[in-house]
Amino acid sequence: MKKLLAALAIGAGLALGAPVVHAETPKDTLIEAWRFDDIISLDPAEMYEISTYEFVGNVYVTLISIDPHDTSHIVPRAAESWSVSDDGLTYTFKLRPGQKFHSGNPLTAADVVYSFQRMTVLNLAPAFLIQDLGISADNAKDTLKAVDDLTFQLKVDKPYAPSYVINVLSASNFAIVDSKLLKNHETNNDWGNGWLKTNSAGSGPFILKSWKPDETLVIEANPDYYGGAPKLKRVVWRNIAEESAQRLLLESGDVDIARNLSADQLDGLRQKGGFEVTSTAQSTSLYIGLNLKNKYLANPKVREAIRYLVDYQGLEKTALRERYVTNQTFLPSSFLGYVDSNPYKLDIAKAKSLLAEAGYADGFELSVDLASTFQERMDIAQSLQGTMAQVGIKLKILSEDAKTALTAYRARKHDLYLGTWGVDYFDPNTNMVFVVNTDNSDEPASKPLSWRNSWIDPDLTAKAQALLMERDEAKRKAGYQDLIKAWQPISPFAMLYQEVQVAALLPKVKNFYLGPSAETTLYVGVSKE
Amino acid sequence: MSKPSAASATEIDSAPPAGSVATSQQRARHMLLAGWETLVSVAATFFGLLLVTFVIGRLMPVDPLLAIVGERASEDTYNRVREELGLNLPIWRQFLIYAWNVLRGDFGMSVLTARPVAEDLLRVFPATAELSIVGILIGIVAGVPLGVWAAVYRNSLIDHVMRVLGLVGYSVPIFWLGIMGLLVFYLELQWVSGPGRIEVYLDGQVPTVTGMILIDSAIAGDGEVFSNALSHIVLPASLLGYYSLAYISRMTRSLMLEQLGQEYLLTARIKGVSRRRLVWRHAFGNILVPLITVIALSFASLLEGSVLTETVFAWPGIGRYITNALLNADMNAVLGGTIVVGTVFVGVNLLSDLLYKIVDPRAR
Repeated sequence: MKKLLAALAIGAGLALGAPVVHAETPKDTLIEAWRFDDIISLDPAEMYEISTYEFVGNVYVTLISIDPHDTSHIVPRAAESWSVSDDGLTYTFKLRPGQKFHSGNPLTAADVVYSFQRMTVLNLAPAFLIQDLGISADNAKDTLKAVDDLTFQLKVDKPYAPSYVINVLSASNFAIVDSKLLKNHETNNDWGNGWLKTNSAGSGPFILKSWKPDETLVIEANPDYYGGAPKLKRVVWRNIAEESAQRLLLESGDVDIARNLSADQLDGLRQKGGFEVTSTAQSTSLYIGLNLKNKYLANPKVREAIRYLVDYQGLEKTALRERYVTNQTFLPSSFLGYVDSNPYKLDIAKAKSLLAEAGYADGFELSVDLASTFQERMDIAQSLQGTMAQVGIKLKILSEDAKTALTAYRARKHDLYLGTWGVDYFDPNTNMVFVVNTDNSDEPASKPLSWRNSWIDPDLTAKAQALLMERDEAKRKAGYQDLIKAWQPISPFAMLYQEVQVAALLPKVKNFYLGPSAETTLYVGVSKE
Repeated sequence: MSKPSAASATEIDSAPPAGSVATSQQRARHMLLAGWETLVSVAATFFGLLLVTFVIGRLMPVDPLLAIVGERASEDTYNRVREELGLNLPIWRQFLIYAWNVLRGDFGMSVLTARPVAEDLLRVFPATAELSIVGILIGIVAGVPLGVWAAVYRNSLIDHVMRVLGLVGYSVPIFWLGIMGLLVFYLELQWVSGPGRIEVYLDGQVPTVTGMILIDSAIAGDGEVFSNALSHIVLPASLLGYYSLAYISRMTRSLMLEQLGQEYLLTARIKGVSRRRLVWRHAFGNILVPLITVIALSFASLLEGSVLTETVFAWPGIGRYITNALLNADMNAVLGGTIVVGTVFVGVNLLSDLLYKIVDPRAR
């Protein structure tokens, strides 16, 4: 009791008597303020949320990775080297010797087999990545092989373009997990999934210390990392949902990096001085889906008119400043096959004549579904409402919570849907969801974005499918560039922007680089002065 | 507690008549019956609460599987998970399964946190409770005397100031006030700590007993953690305290005014009772019962968690938990949270019933 009273007295005295001196954050600890409450599971074979990718990219190692500074370049990670057989069906990876998991277990080819097989058996959200290579739970025994401790072999079902297979395998979902450790944590044949949702079993530069949803996620340095111990001891993510609070924390020096600041707040920081701002274009597209189930939108001229009704430049300079850059193709700018093709700009007269040609000079009504959580989407919709009004189209804005809007979109119940699409891996094939559709019935086997907008084009679908098999990389690249141009004027989309990630940081943070995707934002080289 | 003269008539009425036949046995049976009735009404309340929340949750045009398997899952995966979770069953069967599990103490897993809902609630509710307790204490300690004061000195300067303060409390968005508070007291004056419950490097330094850091650190005798937690809680709790203060002081004032106009006070005054005794003993004593209701309701609404306050101050409480869960159709978490909030209301009600009996002899 005495102890308690003394603590209370001292505490009260300290807290209320003297002003709180802002303690400098420790030199070996990097503290970030951002929103990472999208994380719902830390298991690489289950995760599909952006923040989780960044976590897995730093805690686990894949066979190979994309170079964050040059996405056309592949860097070896767990694998030292790899080769493709002449028939294009067998991929052989030589593992780097002497690698260890955080538990101390050695990393061997058997772990790679286990990790890949685990993906197929669990059959969770990311499972399609490996299933697309023709590897399933049924044939995993024949297609995934540990030739010896350091040689892993993978057999695909068709002679795909090697660049495609390698790019897919660089996705963090193919992270190598500690099979011995997971076998200890198995319950009901779940391959350790229940346990791995909130724990880690990797060999990467950092180790999970704790994850408290809506509060903090802490990772600590792995001194035994094959690439050398990280410079930082600890990285702490603090979930700060409110942007203004992020800015206040950064200004006070209580955090080193703020990840979700608005353009105005960044301006404020620049004016004040003493902060750095870094940004990188991401691989997420912001676009409008135009559903052909709507009789007006079924007319290609109406869709083309709508593409001329977006104020691309105006919005980029105002509501979307620092956050988005115009990109009217279906590929992010860092991708193989990307071509700088932005033919559309706001042109009311052109839109008017297109609508007249289509026989709708008097206009009609449409609605747009969007997630209310993103102010910039509302800004785009309102701008579109204004420009559409000038050609007689009445646009009704349905601002809903994100999951409601998405549910409507997935059921093809929208007219227009304004939202984003992020890539699954660093290969153009991932965004063929904007092109390929093989079955436009109401219950098909797969439902790509083109299906969600009830659009089907057998010719372009065949072209896209052929490019998946094109083993000549130069031809493959040219093929996608042609596809973009053929697709742009007829597609059921108005592609708008490519997302940009921005972070404001204190100058004492060195070598912090936002990667072009979440899994390529790496902390291993980051330090603090 | 002595009662003022005007109330004495009822006191006589309620006193057991001479030669009463009431035995202690009868009294015990009476109490048992009352306890049983309370139990039944509480159970019915919970059942209704669960049913309504469950049905609303299932009728929302949100696909709960989206939160679980994500947008990219294959149809095959989607259908398999749907079956695993029993979402293909009719709603009434889903509800019965859920209710049966709850009866067995199993609230299910949360999709958003990948943990059992019960574990989550034990984490988020103490955070909100800590904030609310400090908040309501500020509200009571400041609000009640100010309300009494404003009533006694009606239409004086203090009364007008209180009215304006109350109006501001009702009308200014808590969100804005929170940001301004942080800007002034955290960034500029540096009197308090910023968003969050505790400094990152102190997190986990004291063992978790109650989940309320102030209490846990006091138990462990850790002054550093205690003072740090206190400097974090001061601002958000003051903000919540201010809002309940605005309400409590207005209600206290009007309750007091009603009493101050009564004739029994005039009588007492003629008899030479001092002013202080008149106000605090006679008038104030008589408003205690309704005042307890006001405070209890105010406290219960704080315990529900204030989403906006929790968001601005990065306070991982139950308000944010339920809201996030709702937006992602994480029904186990929503229902678990609803049960907690329901328990809070029922609990606070029972508690205020108990307090009535202590302060008001008629209710005994």
